[in-house]
Amino acid sequence: MSSINLTLKIWRQANSDALGGLETYSLDGIHTDMSFLEMLDVLNEKLTKEGKDPVAFDHDCREGICGMCGAVVNGIAHGPEKETTLCQLHMRHFKTGDTLVIEPFRSRAFPVRKDLLVDRSALDRIIQAGGYVSVNTGGAPDANGLPIASQRAELAMDAAACIGCGACVASCPNGAAMLFTSAKISQLALLPQGQVERKQRALAMVAQMDVEGFGNCTNARECEAVCPKGISIRNIARLNREYLTAVLSEG
Amino acid sequence: MELNSRVPSGPLDKKWSNHRFANKLVNPANRRKYSVIVVGTGLAGASASATLAEQGYQVKTFCIQDSPRRAHSIAAQGGINAAKNYQNDGDSIHRLFYDTIKGGDFRAREANVYRLAEVSNQIIDQCVAQGVPFAREYGGTLANRSFGGAQVSRTFYARGQTGQQLLLGAYGALSRQIRSGRVQMFARREMMDVVVVDGRARGITVRNIMTGEIESHAADAVILATGGYGNVYFLSTNAMASNVTAAWRAHKRGAGFANPSFVQIHPTCIPVHGDYQSKLTLMSESLRNDGRVWVPKNKDDKRRPADIPDSDRDYYLENKYPSFGNLVPRDVASRNAKEQCDQGKGVGSTGLAVYLDFAEAIKRDGRDTIWKKYGNLFQMYEKITASDPMVEPMMIYPAVHYTMGGLWVDYDLMTTIPGLFAIGECNFSDHGANRLGASALMQGLADGYFIIATSVAHYLGTNKFDKASEHDASFIDSRRWVEDRIARILRNSVGGTTGKCTVDEIHKELGRLMWDNCGMARNRQGLEAALAELPRIRETFWNRVYLPGSNKEINQSLERAGRVADFLEFADIMIRDALAREESCGCHLREESQTEENEAKRDDANYSHVSVWEHRGEEQEPLMHKEPLVFEFVTPTQRSYK
Repeated sequence: MSSINLTLKIWRQANSDALGGLETYSLDGIHTDMSFLEMLDVLNEKLTKEGKDPVAFDHDCREGICGMCGAVVNGIAHGPEKETTLCQLHMRHFKTGDTLVIEPFRSRAFPVRKDLLVDRSALDRIIQAGGYVSVNTGGAPDANGLPIASQRAELAMDAAACIGCGACVASCPNGAAMLFTSAKISQLALLPQGQVERKQRALAMVAQMDVEGFGNCTNARECEAVCPKGISIRNIARLNREYLTAVLSEG
Repeated sequence: MELNSRVPSGPLDKKWSNHRFANKLVNPANRRKYSVIVVGTGLAGASASATLAEQGYQVKTFCIQDSPRRAHSIAAQGGINAAKNYQNDGDSIHRLFYDTIKGGDFRAREANVYRLAEVSNQIIDQCVAQGVPFAREYGGTLANRSFGGAQVSRTFYARGQTGQQLLLGAYGALSRQIRSGRVQMFARREMMDVVVVDGRARGITVRNIMTGEIESHAADAVILATGGYGNVYFLSTNAMASNVTAAWRAHKRGAGFANPSFVQIHPTCIPVHGDYQSKLTLMSESLRNDGRVWVPKNKDDKRRPADIPDSDRDYYLENKYPSFGNLVPRDVASRNAKEQCDQGKGVGSTGLAVYLDFAEAIKRDGRDTIWKKYGNLFQMYEKITASDPMVEPMMIYPAVHYTMGGLWVDYDLMTTIPGLFAIGECNFSDHGANRLGASALMQGLADGYFIIATSVAHYLGTNKFDKASEHDASFIDSRRWVEDRIARILRNSVGGTTGKCTVDEIHKELGRLMWDNCGMARNRQGLEAALAELPRIRETFWNRVYLPGSNKEINQSLERAGRVADFLEFADIMIRDALAREESCGCHLREESQTEENEAKRDDANYSHVSVWEHRGEEQEPLMHKEPLVFEFVTPTQRSYK
């Protein structure tokens, strides 16, 4: 186990209305087996002991699945490692003397609440618009009564793996939530359970994206590059197809 | 404190249907007149909120995270059990019931466990109908795998992300009800108190994490789905925000707390590697299906694992338990790992780890097959440890994972406070002294989708309700109490940091005390010492904790401090409970009570009961009550997995 010394430039902002800016901290003796968030814990413990305000950041499971953590590290959402959430990024990927610029996930639809902590409730409202199968509890037919080809189920699972972290939005030059929305639309469009509401779902979820102030996709592919779960932009192609079919036949 | 379990009479397989018939209902047209609060949006809370709203009740749902989709159920990897018997390998509702009650070492209520097994099949149907992408066979039918403590394949799974997929299913159902207006969703709220009016739960007091404001919410019934308390140990596999506060505040308002010392230590976690560590990561138990657990035979063997020939390895689980082998229940696997390490045969830099080896499975089934089954777990392991399990064996060690103890509930999942229900990990009801793998997801969804609505209808249908208001005296008192307490926590923070300590320092000290004395093995001496030490740590907290910032803003240090303050109080009944139970059972190994082969030795004559703790004020010691466990349909035996 070795340790490294770092310079951190972290976005500090007291609240949504306050003006923010980067502040510089030096942090020595960081063990390379630490996770990125544990490195921030160490910084916060140090700031606390100095009587200063620690850096606010969202986090919960620290296993890369809840989707709560996330920050832009040196310009890349969730940092430099591919398919890795910030909590699963370990300090062995940095070296002594490195300067890390740490900023919140920025987007028009994600207002900063404090430091690195942003409001992503817009993503919840997109799901509320139709990201589900409308079945009430009870009375479902036997689970094996609906055979689904394993390959199709796997494709649906690839899309369903989205953790809703918002890295796709933060890295998109247009601030689009297309990768997020398309993951849910794909999952349900691929499965027989999603067929009944297929068109309605595509229309409603896309409409909600617009209401929330997300931008449009121009195939920059930044979202796919940073997605910690490796969600492919093929899902966006599928969303476009779903949307077009729905508009032409329903709209 | 009266403990009436309200277990229905009649034969085991008729109890649940008899009970549903005997329970009162609420007319569909009247349901909108009733309001229900649900705290927590994990599998239990999200499914309960959606189901109650679908039935027509007005629901207010609260969660601590920024979105209901992030509750810690999401981290469950391995799977969910059901008695479908799709594999035709001899499974049945009765077998799932029996495995669960035996796995829990005969410390759970028969009727509750049977009902759990009974509704398990409906859960799978429901989740498939929602579009949960479970793993499938090539013919399109659902795939199953086996899990620790069972000899049948009854576990349904979605890669290593079963919890995530089930939770997103329930979150979808909840989102639909939010859209319809029947659920009002309050995210980023932390529950601080239950409001009791005329002896019944009528609301909650919460802190708005974004503004610091203390809010009151009134309703006709309150459901807690607030998870477990594993973070009392500081290091656990729980999410960082998981805490005991909601359950503990309910306890202080009169809800009995059952079996608080029953904590599951999961055998396959990534070992601790440093003081800075903030949490532990679980590796799904499903890995034990193909991984072989071993340590070197000789304790001074420092060769690389690949250089140690089979003849110098001790596959201790396979040798000791030939019929279950690596698939023994979690408590047995954990204890044996500790035993090997205590004998000095542990591996890795700390000596607190054992190998979990896939070499033979890779040779047998091929790299592709093993990668398909466990690839995402292997990736996760490699990210954390920088070691590839396809090349060298994993190193694992037990870690705190799940709490079987929780708020005491009757058959209707109601606590000893009328109108206050507890579901999911938050209650104590189904897992006895040890939970089997893939049963937590089953219980959370059973409680939320299929049980709680019946209980709520009965409660609402048998009681009269005046309208409760946030302006009533009980609500105002509760708000004042919460505000005073926060002010007290912040009291030491004026005048700088000299001579002060941080919340995490105190939490780590508490965690060490609990892990050393009330962890995998317990004895009278250690427990008594811990009980004596606890007040000192508590005092340090109240006299010396330093918190930056104020109450009226986002203040994550203050959030943590409130939780640690409750853990410090709660630890007291955990230790007392472990002391009072002078037998070993399931997870609870009292070193004084072991068989000759060092297995947990139960004492049914004296301890076949649920211990239920009553809070009697700050100055008085808590009082323990007993709910006797009566076994009419199974005969408790000494568990044997040989």
